[in-house]
Amino acid sequence: MGRTFRRWIIEQSRASNVGHIASALSIADLMAVLWGAVMKDPGTDRPDRDRFILAKGHAALALYCALRWKKLLDEKAFAGYCTDGSPLGQHPEHVLPGVDLSTGSLGQGLSVGCGLAYGLRAKKSPGRVFVLLSDAECNEGQVWEAAQFAGHHRLANLTAVIDLNGLQALGHTAEVLDLAPMADKWRAFGWDTVEVDGHDTAALEAALAPADGRSRSRMVVARTVQGKGVSFMEGRLEWHYRNLTDELCAQALAEIGPA
Amino acid sequence: MRSAFIAALSAQAATDARIFLLTGDLGWTVVEEFAGKYPGRFLNAGVAEQNMAGLATGLAQAGFVPFTYTIATFASMRAYEQIRNGPVLHRLPVRIVGVGGGFAYGHAGMTHFALEDLAIARAQPGLTVIVPADPAQTKSVMDAIRAVEGPVYLRVGKGGNPEVPGLNGRFALGRPEVVVEGSEVLLLATGGIAVNAVEASRRLRADEVSAAVAVMAHLPHAPTPELRALLGRFKAVVTVEEGYTAGGLGSLAAEAIAQAGLGCRLLIRGVHASPRERAGSTAFLQAAERLSPAALADSARTVLSAVPK
Repeated sequence: MGRTFRRWIIEQSRASNVGHIASALSIADLMAVLWGAVMKDPGTDRPDRDRFILAKGHAALALYCALRWKKLLDEKAFAGYCTDGSPLGQHPEHVLPGVDLSTGSLGQGLSVGCGLAYGLRAKKSPGRVFVLLSDAECNEGQVWEAAQFAGHHRLANLTAVIDLNGLQALGHTAEVLDLAPMADKWRAFGWDTVEVDGHDTAALEAALAPADGRSRSRMVVARTVQGKGVSFMEGRLEWHYRNLTDELCAQALAEIGPA
Repeated sequence: MRSAFIAALSAQAATDARIFLLTGDLGWTVVEEFAGKYPGRFLNAGVAEQNMAGLATGLAQAGFVPFTYTIATFASMRAYEQIRNGPVLHRLPVRIVGVGGGFAYGHAGMTHFALEDLAIARAQPGLTVIVPADPAQTKSVMDAIRAVEGPVYLRVGKGGNPEVPGLNGRFALGRPEVVVEGSEVLLLATGGIAVNAVEASRRLRADEVSAAVAVMAHLPHAPTPELRALLGRFKAVVTVEEGYTAGGLGSLAAEAIAQAGLGCRLLIRGVHASPRERAGSTAFLQAAERLSPAALADSARTVLSAVPK
């Protein structure tokens, strides 16, 4: 499933001639696990459904892959990515089924996830709330306001995932504003924190599974490789922005392999 | 006004289980009663206004009608982008309560003067901006906003706001409320400062100048027919607001006058420059910005003198 998402990301990025490819590839496995195995009824109108917020909205294409997989988007709508008048832009809009929050401005998603989790708990809903953040998004102060809130109120129905790929727009996170030790920071804020390989689907599934009796918000720090699966993109800063050529597209698809 | 606000909110919460109150760690002697009565629907979000705006967005998505409460500067500016990307973008019934706009926190100084909150709130289509003029109108506003599906920015006075003579709590969205009839010049005011406009009209009457006064508590994104109709009856208008003169009530009136081609001279009274060099009592600061009754009466004479005979 992660491989299918990667193929779709590459094919559609080339077709639409749009960047932000590596950021989407970095969460392909995460999205496959969340949308394929973990979340209950996402994108439906059931009041007790699990909710999903892509706080790192610039990886919207990976979310559109999940919506396509779930048949919340048909292939024609998916192919409209970044075309004039399409609701599928570079950042997700809540008008799409399965998009619980329009995002794109970093740092704001986790607060809304906290409000949703608090509200669902108050209404005795079993629905869980999932928020996927980028590592550099944690530069934003608001993230830590939300971290305090979830820690204090012990929002056990809230699970956050950090896509720890170590790169941000202009450099390595360690060189721009070092966030290490990331997991310790969340532990200090009262989160039940685990660190996993963000491309190990079994480990991700275990980390994201509902844990009966858990009394705190869960933080999954997922170590990932930006551009994962495409040799010339892996860990390369320029693929935060660059677009594919036909040749590079063919090479990338060959490396990813058949769906 | 904040007492009227919280009383109305508590009354509504008794019959409407969706009502939820969040505070940014402010509201000493204001929020306690609500918190005691409805502990499951009260939350002190801490000194974290950006997160509070996000929490309100999520709570609204979960089916609540959240009111966020803090001082108007922090309510409007600290969380402006969160309000725009949350309740405004998602059309959610979040009510952002900004306490004590203008010079209400006079001695607290510039960091506590909300002078641009109305302008920036008005800039968002889909955000209903309301500035009640007195406690009775606050109560009516609280009733009226129950029917507003999208977000509301509500600037309420800090306290000690006298009733505006003749207003009698009247309020409707988009409609100016005439509180003093007159024929030569209109004083159009928003918020608690409206009492100064009424007093100015009394002084003008003593000088045989017939000045009407109207209260425009709702500052819509675009002028309304009711506002145009009122402005169309006058050759001279003075707008009165406790805030910067760009983007608020004066701008709204100017848009109405220009767009409809109304033949009316306009003088915008408000805060013209940053009052950073001084703090003081509310009355002192209002007077320094020529918002006292005497200065407003002078403004009315000034604009009248510019009208061609």
